[in-house]
Amino acid sequence: MSNKTLFDKIWDKHEVMLLEDGSSVLYIDRHYIHEVTSPQAFEGLKKRRLSVFRPERTFATADHNVPTMNQDLPVKDLESRNQLSALDSNTKEFGIPLYDLSHPWNGIVHVIGPELGLTQPGMTIVCGDSHTSTHGAFGTIAFGIGTSEVEMVMASQCLVQLRPKTMLIKIEGELNKGVTAKDIALYILSQIGTNGGTGHFIEFAGSAISSLSIEGRMSLCNMSIEMGARGGFVAPDEKAFSYLKGREFSPDSSNWNQSLDNWKALFSDSGAVFDTQLSYDAGQIPPMITFGTNPGMGIPINEKIPRKEELKDSQTDNFLKALKYMDFNEGSSLEGSSVDYVFLGSCTNGRIEDIRDFVSLIKGHKKAENITALIVPGSKQVEEQARREGLDKTLEQAGFELRQPGCSACLAMNDDKIPAGKYCVSTSNRNFEGRQGPGARTLLASPFTAAAAAITGVVSDPRKYLY
Amino acid sequence: MAYEPINTITSTVIPFPVDNVDTDQIIPARFLKATSRDADFGKKLFADWRYTPGGEPKPEFALNKFAGNSSILLAGENFGCGSSREHAAWALYDYGFRVVLASSFADIFKTNAMNNGILVIPLPADIYQDLLNEIQQNPNTQVKVDLPGKHISFRNGLVQHGFDINPFRSQCLQEGLDLLDFLVARKDQIIKFEQNYLSF
Ligand code: SF4
Repeated sequence: MSNKTLFDKIWDKHEVMLLEDGSSVLYIDRHYIHEVTSPQAFEGLKKRRLSVFRPERTFATADHNVPTMNQDLPVKDLESRNQLSALDSNTKEFGIPLYDLSHPWNGIVHVIGPELGLTQPGMTIVCGDSHTSTHGAFGTIAFGIGTSEVEMVMASQCLVQLRPKTMLIKIEGELNKGVTAKDIALYILSQIGTNGGTGHFIEFAGSAISSLSIEGRMSLCNMSIEMGARGGFVAPDEKAFSYLKGREFSPDSSNWNQSLDNWKALFSDSGAVFDTQLSYDAGQIPPMITFGTNPGMGIPINEKIPRKEELKDSQTDNFLKALKYMDFNEGSSLEGSSVDYVFLGSCTNGRIEDIRDFVSLIKGHKKAENITALIVPGSKQVEEQARREGLDKTLEQAGFELRQPGCSACLAMNDDKIPAGKYCVSTSNRNFEGRQGPGARTLLASPFTAAAAAITGVVSDPRKYLY
Repeated sequence: MAYEPINTITSTVIPFPVDNVDTDQIIPARFLKATSRDADFGKKLFADWRYTPGGEPKPEFALNKFAGNSSILLAGENFGCGSSREHAAWALYDYGFRVVLASSFADIFKTNAMNNGILVIPLPADIYQDLLNEIQQNPNTQVKVDLPGKHISFRNGLVQHGFDINPFRSQCLQEGLDLLDFLVARKDQIIKFEQNYLSF
């Protein structure tokens, strides 16, 4: 009987050579690039007079720097414009397709890959962005790389990688009302911390994971990097297959059945052994929110910020430093504390389902006066879908506005910044100091929780507003 | 990306005993807009911790307090977590760091650092604490990092600590090589692999 993990099955299939020191030359099926982490890689190729080895396996989009208003006008920020035009000329020179701001397929790299059917089960996928783990929702080995590695993939379609350890995180049972994949991610993070997964690749499994939509699985796999893991994935099932059917780059009808047969073999064997194994009960997971400056500093929305006595000694310094930055007190409760901004978007929660969740909660309410909201779709296709469904109208009636796609306030490289000292309930993935702008204070949460804050003006339990 | 080879480095150490230093702190996103590696990212290293919003150096921040030309940084747990931005490694390198000692490192950062000629060495708790105390008492302490000999030493050689490093990575660092040349030299094998590979 075979007893391989899915991770090992995919890895082995892509191993070009095993080197003496135990690392592998790994073949990469898809390479996604964007404007921020690619220019120095192209510069390196030019210096070495190399071409892109397999340009048909690389796809480019503009997302990190782009404005989310008036995208038809020239980009105002000179440096951003410069980086976007470098991407344009580099992709032209090296024969790589680019979905730039004028293209209907434009959007955040981790939103468009799946949406276009470029991301398919069993693939190896890399991108110069840590949240490449998102693509794991389809049963892929997908991970973020640095610019030197971007250059290596462009030059050889391969990377030299040490095989990571494997981790299984099982979540069984039924999720409670108002609890989303984002809450699962923040919950696991609150349990294992931001280095609990270091050195590992995580497989998420169990009945609660099977019951998640593909969008939900993307949110969860997206956050696996915050657990310190190289990436995370879910074995593909009917939901993944039907999501992919008919998309631009999905196998067409003549290849579909063959692909489906291959994809159906993508699971961990029943006797497979993982280096580390964890399990959680879905029913124990409440809506979560973070109070600190890393994604592991999360609590159930209706509970209090811990006191330093409740933490391990080694955590105290970080904890106190975080509270100082956030201007929160030990043992105080977050519910009811004032919020200034709400950000719905990013590759974690910028998909159509996230906008639907947000809208379902705010419907019939009004935006709180003290709130500035940034509602940013993850891609042009998400934006269009939202408009087709009339979600933009419901948003407008409640005093919100649907913007244009991009990474936006997730990392604040464009104009969408949270001012110093202001609080933002954000559906993105990182609450690091200054992540959303110098001095900005970020509280990570789900689209439901963001919506509850948007209509009340304070941190609020979304369950009170859901029927 | 070219860098100076590393062999043996003897230098003072800048103590920075903070855990979970993420790459957004090492270099904030707004400084990632350059399109060339020639930009000096060292000036922006730890920008928001190092300077006031008006651009004045904050005297209490480690890089300002221990000014000098240390090429070794000592940090806490999970150094370099978060974003995959290689600009973090570039900023450390451009500032002059060639070795980062820490309790532990985040995975992507470790790779990025090594690919850019920065040696990263995780330290066990006792050595970490011993070294930290030593530097805090005597900021002029010289620490020797011997890459071929795979050990670090301080207190005039009284403390010696051996470290593990992948031999291939070590060779690359000592010769100033990166993995790109290695991969490009194996194109024939890669093409052969592709011919048998029918994934899509
Ligand atoms: S949305 Fe945020 S995390 Fe996602 S790719 Fe953009 S910057 Fe990175």
